[in-house]
Amino acid sequence: MSIDSVFVHKMWDEHELSKMVKGGIPFPMLSDAGGKVGIVYGVYDDDAGVETRGRFIIDPEGILRGYEVLTPPVGRNVSETFRQIQAFQLVRNSKDTEATPSGWKPGKPTLKPGPDLVGKVWEAWKTDMAFD
Amino acid sequence: MGEEVDVGCARPTGGPVGETGAASDEETKNESKERTEMIKIGKKVPDFVAPAYHQGKFVSVKLSEYLGKWVLLCFYPGDFTFV
Repeated sequence: MSIDSVFVHKMWDEHELSKMVKGGIPFPMLSDAGGKVGIVYGVYDDDAGVETRGRFIIDPEGILRGYEVLTPPVGRNVSETFRQIQAFQLVRNSKDTEATPSGWKPGKPTLKPGPDLVGKVWEAWKTDMAFD
Repeated sequence: MGEEVDVGCARPTGGPVGETGAASDEETKNESKERTEMIKIGKKVPDFVAPAYHQGKFVSVKLSEYLGKWVLLCFYPGDFTFV
C-alpha cells in the first residue's frame, strides 16, 4: 500500500516489477491517496506526504500480532518477516501451549510455558540458540 | 478478493471503515480526528477499504474480507522508489 494511484501501480508492475517477479506482483497493490489508512496505522509521514516502510502481521481473527516500521532508506528483511509468521502460526496451532524463544526458527526447539519451566529456561534454552 | 471496479478519470480513494469512522457529521473535524482508532498490538486492526491493482485488473479490497487468512500488510514510500 502506498499513496500512489492504481494507475501508477499498474505502470510500475508492468514496466519494472514484472522484470523482477515473473508474471508481476501476485498480490493486490493497494492505493491510499491522502494517507487515510496510513494515518490510522501510524505510518503516514505528514511532512513528506508519503508512507513509511510499515509491515503488519495480522492473524486470521484480524488481530495484530506484530509490526515493524522503518524510515524510507532502509529496506526490510523478508526472511525475518516469514520467520515471525511461522512462529505465530506455530503458537496458534499449539493453542498457546508452546512459545518460541529468542532466535527460534523452524526446526529449533520451542518452550512450553508452565509451572515446571519457571527458573528452568536456562536448561531448555542456551544463549547460542539466540543466533543462527 | 475484492470485486472489479469501473475506473473513471477521478482518482479512486478508500479509507478506514466501520468503528474508526464512527464520528457523526455534526462533530467537527478535530473531534473526529481524536476519535480515530489507532492500531494496538494484540488487538483487532482497524478495517479499511482501498482501491487496488491486481494482476491486470482494478479492484476494491476490504481488509475484513481476508478474515480467516494470515495477512501481511506492507506500506512503502512510493512506486518506483529504490529500496
